[in-house]
Amino acid sequence: MKLVVAVIKPFKLEEVKAALEGVGVQGLTVTDARGFGRQRGHTEVYRGAEYQVELLPKTRVEVLADDDAVEDVVKAIVDGARTGSIGDGKVWVLNVEQTLRIRTGEMGGDAL
Amino acid sequence: MDSGDTAFVLISAALVMFMIPGLALFYGGMVRAKNVLATVMQSFFCMGLVSVLWVLAAYSLAFSPGNKFIGGLDWLGFAGVGQEPNPDLSATIPAIAYAVFQLFFAAITPALITGAFAERMKFSAFALFTTLWLFLVYVPLAHWVWAPGGWLRDLGALDFAGGTVVHMNSGFAALAAAIVIGKRRGFLKEAIVPHNLTLTILGAGILWFGWFGFNAGSALAANGLAAQAFIATNTATGAAVLGWCLTDYLHRRKTTTLGAASGAVAGLVAITPAAGYVGPMGSMAIGLAAGIVCSWAVGLKYKAGYDDALDVVGVHAVGGMLGALLIGVFADTAFNEAGADGLLAGGGLTLLGKQAVAVVATLAFSFLLSFGILKLVDLVVGLRVTDDDELSGLDISQHEEVGYAFSEGVGSAAHVPTGAAPPERAPSTVRVPQGDLG
Repeated sequence: MKLVVAVIKPFKLEEVKAALEGVGVQGLTVTDARGFGRQRGHTEVYRGAEYQVELLPKTRVEVLADDDAVEDVVKAIVDGARTGSIGDGKVWVLNVEQTLRIRTGEMGGDAL
Repeated sequence: MDSGDTAFVLISAALVMFMIPGLALFYGGMVRAKNVLATVMQSFFCMGLVSVLWVLAAYSLAFSPGNKFIGGLDWLGFAGVGQEPNPDLSATIPAIAYAVFQLFFAAITPALITGAFAERMKFSAFALFTTLWLFLVYVPLAHWVWAPGGWLRDLGALDFAGGTVVHMNSGFAALAAAIVIGKRRGFLKEAIVPHNLTLTILGAGILWFGWFGFNAGSALAANGLAAQAFIATNTATGAAVLGWCLTDYLHRRKTTTLGAASGAVAGLVAITPAAGYVGPMGSMAIGLAAGIVCSWAVGLKYKAGYDDALDVVGVHAVGGMLGALLIGVFADTAFNEAGADGLLAGGGLTLLGKQAVAVVATLAFSFLLSFGILKLVDLVVGLRVTDDDELSGLDISQHEEVGYAFSEGVGSAAHVPTGAAPPERAPSTVRVPQGDLG
């Protein structure tokens, strides 16, 4: 069992979600996040005073996936999130020790 | 007595009242989210406080017969301010209609100052300052300019709707306030940016709307002069929006909503003293100048090193001075026989000189007295909140509220006066005054 985590541009969420549904993903968790990478930030100007806003709004997506589905899940996220311009985000994959569905108590792959 | 005039002035009074919640939104959007309630509260509270003080004593001291500098005490509690006109102040409307129209001018003026000390003043200090300032600064100045026998009125300086008493006055008090209270924590170090400019632009729109009562209503009659002031007000404001947006565009090739909103207010400020003395083209020139000059003036605080948080100095002091002086250029008796001819109407420099005297007198009086009052309030109750209170925000530290409560499930009811028994086990983080319940 793996946890696939992605930080993406907020306006790409719908495409990522559609791509994940396309490879059979049945659930995901989305969080509003802020951060910076190589894109750094942007400039805001109020009454002539310029401010460098370094932390930009991003969307964090988390998906649990069976080991043999991880490759498809990662590819779906990348396909959905890529614009080709700087700031598209990152994907990383973690090992998961245990999963459990709260309603039924099912565990492991049955809990997905 | 004229029923049309009376109806117009009463409606104008209500329009001026509506500027105050407009100002609250204009300012509220420009502060950080943690200070939005404290900011709108300062404007709103001015309405309540001045409504009471005006009736009790402030109106009498400003407008009842006295000497050159201050009125008398004959009209305490509005005694003698009746339904019949007072010909010295307004011949065709009830004396009480004039008094209530003036009330809202007095209420919005201290509210304007609050932009300078936003995000760091104690509420108690604000309430004390506003009370003292109303009596010691606003009331005498209103008497000088508007009351029969007031020395600026007798001098022949022109101020149609309160550029001196309201805008220059609040602007220079704001300068004193920014200097005395000091900078916000993080000023020039962190990005302190407006949290909701949608509120700000809505507030600017409400101010624009209410200002028709302020300026056209200052004709004190439903007549041609009121209409003349109305179009002057609107034309100047439109031109000032264009002026500020143009400056923004030349600066970075972008227009900004905050610039458009600020331009509107700058134009409204500058045309206020001139509205009843200049024609549409004169008002356009005044507005355009205000948009350009004020957008430059809001940058002065960075060079001079004072933190006028919401730019009351750049917009109201500078815009007010500009309008007062440009009367000396654009005033024309063709539009108002009771006015005077400025430079372009062949009046020479006489009027400009009188306007300059009014500007300098207002500047000196308002700045120095406000400075003293603020020092006094600082000694008595302390002007500033603690550093911790400033960091957590004035909404929670001064009012125990938050402007935006997005979360559910963040706590439990600690003391709700229902008469029911308190919850048996309250989380340790909230205080349950057991003795107060049941």
